[in-house]
Amino acid sequence: MNRKKQFLEGLLTQNPVLVQVLGMCSTMAITTSFFNGLGMGVAVLVILTLSNIIISLIRKIVPDKIRIAMFIVVIAGFVTMVDLLIQAFVPALADSLGVFIPLIVVNCIILGRAEGFSYKNGVVDSFFDGIFQGIGYTVVLLIMCIIRELLGAGTFGGGLLGIDGKGIQIIPAEFGIKMLTLPVGGFLVLGCLIAAMQWALNRNKK
Amino acid sequence: MDQIYELLAISLSAILANNFIFSQFLGICPFLGVSKKVDTAVGMGIAVTFVMALASAITWAVQRFVLDPFGLGYMQTVAFILVIASLVQFIEMFLQKAMPALYTALGVYLPLITTNCAVLGVAQLNVQNSYGFIESVTYGITGGLGFLLAIVLFASIRERLVFADYPKSFEGFPIALVTAGLMALAFMGFSGLKVW
Repeated sequence: MNRKKQFLEGLLTQNPVLVQVLGMCSTMAITTSFFNGLGMGVAVLVILTLSNIIISLIRKIVPDKIRIAMFIVVIAGFVTMVDLLIQAFVPALADSLGVFIPLIVVNCIILGRAEGFSYKNGVVDSFFDGIFQGIGYTVVLLIMCIIRELLGAGTFGGGLLGIDGKGIQIIPAEFGIKMLTLPVGGFLVLGCLIAAMQWALNRNKK
Repeated sequence: MDQIYELLAISLSAILANNFIFSQFLGICPFLGVSKKVDTAVGMGIAVTFVMALASAITWAVQRFVLDPFGLGYMQTVAFILVIASLVQFIEMFLQKAMPALYTALGVYLPLITTNCAVLGVAQLNVQNSYGFIESVTYGITGGLGFLLAIVLFASIRERLVFADYPKSFEGFPIALVTAGLMALAFMGFSGLKVW
């Protein structure tokens, strides 16, 4: 399989969030600061890659009828491991992501790739698929974080850079559109991003 | 009396102020996927409410009688998702036998409830807020009712979106997301709601 094509699919033409529209809950809920987005993106990338590898290894042993239950058990195992690791080494991230770390289990991206890709393909292809799709997801999360943070609070890199991790102030705080940091902003920004993606993909076709 | 007040506060917060869809972002996938027609939206909402109520009760028992006494707290995610998956499977078999009409009406949406993050979310939130049995079940039912309210309102707006005039790139999901965003803005008005 062509790696370059696979990479472009993960990042652009088959982007998990913008084109396949999977895993919306976490995308909108946690993209309030750069730190959250990066942490969530990396967590999903790791879990997706590991579960892709295991599922492509066991795909020939597992009976067709109970495959979904098997996928969920494999994914839940890895999510628990990552959850415990985050709680132990990055407690600040565990606090700010809260219930959304265990909820990676029901993130449709991971189950979707298991059913749609790694159940049908070999180990090496599945490994790269996990990494590329994970990168695609992380990039979208970071773009949303940057937009919502910059326009909402006027800062960049919240939770990571600046004094006390408050981020670097680029636009004065009083000019911020407060609405974008609230749940409403998640819906609106994601809607506009998907629209931009549809516009860009359709333009290339003509 | 105090407990009744507390239950009322939990209910109001779950249905309006902290609506699962509009302020907690739980259950967005079925919310966007199954909201093209009001009829199916109602069916999905009722099914989710039912599963959320049962899942709250059972996961509470699992947490209280299995995970806590044996110090298995770290197995929580795995245990809960297995309980929910088997619960959904069981309900599916029960409905097929006892109420075939409802079963055919719900169709493919029933197995999809397993991967609805609102169900696993309500189980996790119950543990996090250390709710007792009655509080957990109340939170499950009212959270489900909040989901039902949101999805039915959204579906009725979406049915009319067909006649609306919007830019071509916004077709499909984007316009639905923008609509949901405006509804979330409206629901934010409830956040000032303080009863007691």
